[in-house]
Amino acid sequence: METSRLPLSSSIRGKLISAGYTSLSSISSLSSTDLARDVNISEAEAFDILKLANQMSGNGSTCLINGAKNAWEMLHEEESLPRITTSCSDLDNILGGGISCRDVTEIGGVPGIGKTQIGIQLSVNVQIPREFGGLGGKAIYIDTEGSFMVERALQIAEACVEDMEEYTGYMHKHFKASQVQMKPKDILENIFYFRVCSYTEQVALVNHLDKFISENNDVKVVIVDSITFHFRQDFDDLAQRTRVLSEMALKFMKLAKKFSLAVVLLNQVTTKYTQGSFQLALALGDSWSHSCTNRVILYWNGDERYAYIDKSPSLPSASASYTVTSRGLRNSSSSSKRVKMM
Amino acid sequence: MGREENHSDAGDGDGDRMANKLIGEIGLHKRISNIFAARNIITAKDALSMTEFELMELLDIGMKETKSAVKLISEASSPPCLSALSLLQRKAENEHLSGHLPTHLKGLDSALCGGIPFGVLTELVGPPGIGKSQFCMKLALSASFPTAYGGLDGRVIYIDVESKFSSRRVIEIGLKSFPEVFHLKGMAQEMAGRIIVLRPTSLAEFTGNIQELKDSILQNQVKLLVIDSMTALLSGENKPVAQRQHQLGWHISFLKSLAEFSRIPIVVTNQVRSQNRDETSHYSFQAKLKDGFQEQTSTYDSHLVAALGINWAHAVTIRLRIIKVAKSPMSPPLAFPFHITSGGISLLSDDGTELKGPGINTIHAQGHSDVINFHGEV
Repeated sequence: METSRLPLSSSIRGKLISAGYTSLSSISSLSSTDLARDVNISEAEAFDILKLANQMSGNGSTCLINGAKNAWEMLHEEESLPRITTSCSDLDNILGGGISCRDVTEIGGVPGIGKTQIGIQLSVNVQIPREFGGLGGKAIYIDTEGSFMVERALQIAEACVEDMEEYTGYMHKHFKASQVQMKPKDILENIFYFRVCSYTEQVALVNHLDKFISENNDVKVVIVDSITFHFRQDFDDLAQRTRVLSEMALKFMKLAKKFSLAVVLLNQVTTKYTQGSFQLALALGDSWSHSCTNRVILYWNGDERYAYIDKSPSLPSASASYTVTSRGLRNSSSSSKRVKMM
Repeated sequence: MGREENHSDAGDGDGDRMANKLIGEIGLHKRISNIFAARNIITAKDALSMTEFELMELLDIGMKETKSAVKLISEASSPPCLSALSLLQRKAENEHLSGHLPTHLKGLDSALCGGIPFGVLTELVGPPGIGKSQFCMKLALSASFPTAYGGLDGRVIYIDVESKFSSRRVIEIGLKSFPEVFHLKGMAQEMAGRIIVLRPTSLAEFTGNIQELKDSILQNQVKLLVIDSMTALLSGENKPVAQRQHQLGWHISFLKSLAEFSRIPIVVTNQVRSQNRDETSHYSFQAKLKDGFQEQTSTYDSHLVAALGINWAHAVTIRLRIIKVAKSPMSPPLAFPFHITSGGISLLSDDGTELKGPGINTIHAQGHSDVINFHGEV
């Protein structure tokens, strides 16, 4: 590997290369004192370079390549991953049981299709206790549009608690089950709400989330409603926008893996010219499309709301209908035959 | 960065309070903050508009130092965290700040939980002559009323782009709809005196107007902002459609944050235009879903769509679609179709002239375009 691939400032990199240290192996055998003298930098700087070089070349790892896992281990990990239910079983079915943790899922659709509703529903559902088959986690809700309605969250939380109580009542008849401890207020207490007013704040918050989540255990879902809004209004330089967005997407992915949480990015739609006609497509362009693991598109089919799996490494393309009721997301009434595998 | 400057100048409102945090005041190591200053990276916005790698290259410092600097800057400029519960409590405490402006249309008011909500952008869409301006004038009037009569007892800023505002008509509406108030001596003059009309002739002038407004809204007891219409502002500009819509981006953000931070309702009207090729409601994958896919049912006239495009539509919190149903098999004298939007709620329409009062008989659910019918009766 070459020295130029190390994440170093250009002046130091220049010094290294002009001193003849072009490959990593040429550096890694040196002591920091030697390196400092040869390259004419301080010893502390030399020490950092050596540390970086060691990390990059993966010394000291028992595995073939540092940080690698074999497919068998991954399978085990994936199977044990919890999923967050959407409260709509048809939708859960096509999602393989719900929104998966450790992944970034993008959900997009036209205005009024129910993106925010899904966001609120997930931030409530993530808190369903383990005894009820949930995750017992907490939620972070990042609101960039001001569309989070706390009254609506309360409504959905109340319905969720009622459902759990009903379930407990049923279980009691058969065998002993735990009481529902949870109150709708507790659910609201565990939704951490951030109101973001510019893309700077959005970038800053995403950078800061790592620390925030380390300090607040059990955050299992991060919802961004919507990822698009500020980036569509304020950015003039599209290439720059793409770079900043991809860095943000990478950070979301890191968060998802590091804390085993689900990241749900809500996206707006725009029109796109393809094959001679204009069609709807999710905003932010093609390179953004690569940055989410799963992508779900919500759309109207006649009078019914449908969700379609547009992209997923593990799930087949499928669509399912859903409705938005006063109690939250539910199966659409005439649902049974609606699930379509393609 | 140069190109962004005009935007940040305009956007230096409350909405950008965090973005303009000075890097020099964040508490970075003196040496590092000097390097930032030397490269002319002054605010958090400057620093965070780049990727960490670009920043590292520009500053010519190590990745580790860049990362820790970015971390500190990010922490300092992150918005504060609130739990949804405290949000709810705060809302309850500020009930007077999160109220509604009644439209005096019973069905519509109940659908909107009391009227046009404070703090968000509400849009009226409809074809020409349907009564958008009439609706706005009536709203303006009711906002200027004393609280005792269900008004907001404040001033109204009416941005009349299409020159449709008529004081004579306002007084007429007042006399007809609120005789108990208007027949008090001097009332008509006082109420009409509270409605301040602006007539910008270009988008630039409009931009200036709303920026000026930002500072004066709170001092001057302004309780409602009406913009009639947003579309007309753009049609004057001689630019291709896509570019015009992009221009509005800044206005969308600004109006939204203006509404939010001053806690007043903002009502804008939007024209309809015939659907052109770039307006579509299908995704490419929908072509593949052959069976079970029905043609999108048109809400009223499939060739009419709201002007200003989808980007604008994402931004409005409530969209009220005004439709006149001249003849209907359900046969009430007036029909009020409404529409559900990102805010979860929706709209009705009145038939342009005086709204005859309330009395819902039926609600027909037709997916996302529901119809509420009203019986006419004063």
